[in-house]
Amino acid sequence: MESTSPSTGTMINRSLEWFGDLGSFSWKVICASFTRPFEIREIVRQFDEIGSKSLPLVALAGAAIGTVLALESRSSLARFGAKSMLPAAIVYSILHEMGPIVTGLVVSGRVGAGIGAELGSMKVTEQIDAIEASAVNPYKLLAFTRILACIVVLPLLTLVTDFCGVCAGWVATALADPISFHRFIHKGFSGVSFSDFLAPTFRTSAFGLIIGLVACFQGMRTRGGTEGVGRSATSSVVLASLFVILADVILVKLILIFFP
Amino acid sequence: MNNSIAEANVNGEQAAGLSGEPVVVLQDVHKSFGAQKVLDGISINVRRGETLAVLGRSGTGKSVLLKLLIGLEHLDTGSICIQGQEIAGLGLTAMNRLRIKMGFLFQNAALYDSLTVGQNVAFPLERHTKMAASERSDRVKELLQSVGMERDVDKMPSDISGGMQKRVGLARALALRPEILLLDEPTAGLDPITSREIDELVLQLQKDHDLTSIVVTHDLHSAKVIADRVALLDKGKVVKEGSFEELAESNDDFVREFFNRDS
Repeated sequence: MESTSPSTGTMINRSLEWFGDLGSFSWKVICASFTRPFEIREIVRQFDEIGSKSLPLVALAGAAIGTVLALESRSSLARFGAKSMLPAAIVYSILHEMGPIVTGLVVSGRVGAGIGAELGSMKVTEQIDAIEASAVNPYKLLAFTRILACIVVLPLLTLVTDFCGVCAGWVATALADPISFHRFIHKGFSGVSFSDFLAPTFRTSAFGLIIGLVACFQGMRTRGGTEGVGRSATSSVVLASLFVILADVILVKLILIFFP
Repeated sequence: MNNSIAEANVNGEQAAGLSGEPVVVLQDVHKSFGAQKVLDGISINVRRGETLAVLGRSGTGKSVLLKLLIGLEHLDTGSICIQGQEIAGLGLTAMNRLRIKMGFLFQNAALYDSLTVGQNVAFPLERHTKMAASERSDRVKELLQSVGMERDVDKMPSDISGGMQKRVGLARALALRPEILLLDEPTAGLDPITSREIDELVLQLQKDHDLTSIVVTHDLHSAKVIADRVALLDKGKVVKEGSFEELAESNDDFVREFFNRDS
């Protein structure tokens, strides 16, 4: 029993230290973001890296959740004689929760690992030091541009996930019980207001902030050669996914308070 | 203690026949990482146009010394003046102004692996000059030509050898026409022929660009060829400083052991 208490203390200390370092890192990024040059070219490049290249993956994930929702919900609703509610259940579930959280998790996997490994590799090969030695702020060039791209791109990718999810949901529904796309959409969106769509979609910007910040932070503090790069990539994905889920819980509660 | 070190510095500089104004002045510099003391009261002066080689065993803080000079690490106590400007506590903008005057060649060149050789050399020019694209391209060609790499402008760093990467790193370090050149192990990991080529290149560039240089190296031959003065570090302190010949003839046990290894 005694032997566990120091390790718990050490873990708490390490966690506090990690959050302290993250705070310091965030402050450096914030300070860097207000200085010139604004790195437009690098931001556009990151939009492509993080946004365009994640498109196929989020589209596929969206289609998968749409199909699964249609198949799973169909039997449940049929049991309660509410089969006609299926389009509304699919659309509401996707727009409200499944689309945003699946996009957040898919992007945290692909982009979190990518950023963590890329910046980690740059760190251990002294490329980040070389940028700094060239009188260029790496917090601006490497971190700010990636974080901003994540913040902007996540809601756009969520739209893609939502669209593919709804379309796949219609296909799965229509295969079992023929229904036109127009009718599916009409029934699906009949009970959905603009705020049902807006707040959940834009909460993914917070996911983007978390993914970008955690991955850049983990990457830029990499130590210990290629093994360290692997550790950074893994920890970027694990921590970003964990914080995305935690943020989702908090943001869902806040959205329910502010958009009842 | 500090006075005696400063006196030793002056003697070393006089021995090397140098009388220019000091460009880099380190006084009683201490640096630790946690409990590990890396630099323990280093005092070194480097005069304009002079090349100082910093020798020492692995882990004696040679590379840390260079990183302190360019602001990649921060000293614990002591003072570092570059061109008369104290760098401790200097803001980022002021430090960056100073960094532009310094070129840094990293131990493994540290080329940006997502950029081509040409783009690597153009990187500082894009950031700190208002050169037109054609003018920049000409300057990149000129720099690559000076290190014998003009034919590899479109290659990726992963497609060229270690020696070639060092050459490109050198071209990048010289892009903004620095007044001070910091070289971290320029010949480490290279075969003797490539090492000699790099030494000759460094000498030529120093002559062409009238540079003040600090070279961190393990390579005694390299230090003999390119340095006006040598400082030998051990356990975070300057053990001996002077011309290469002076150190080679020293009676100090550690200096003798270090210098006799290759001879």
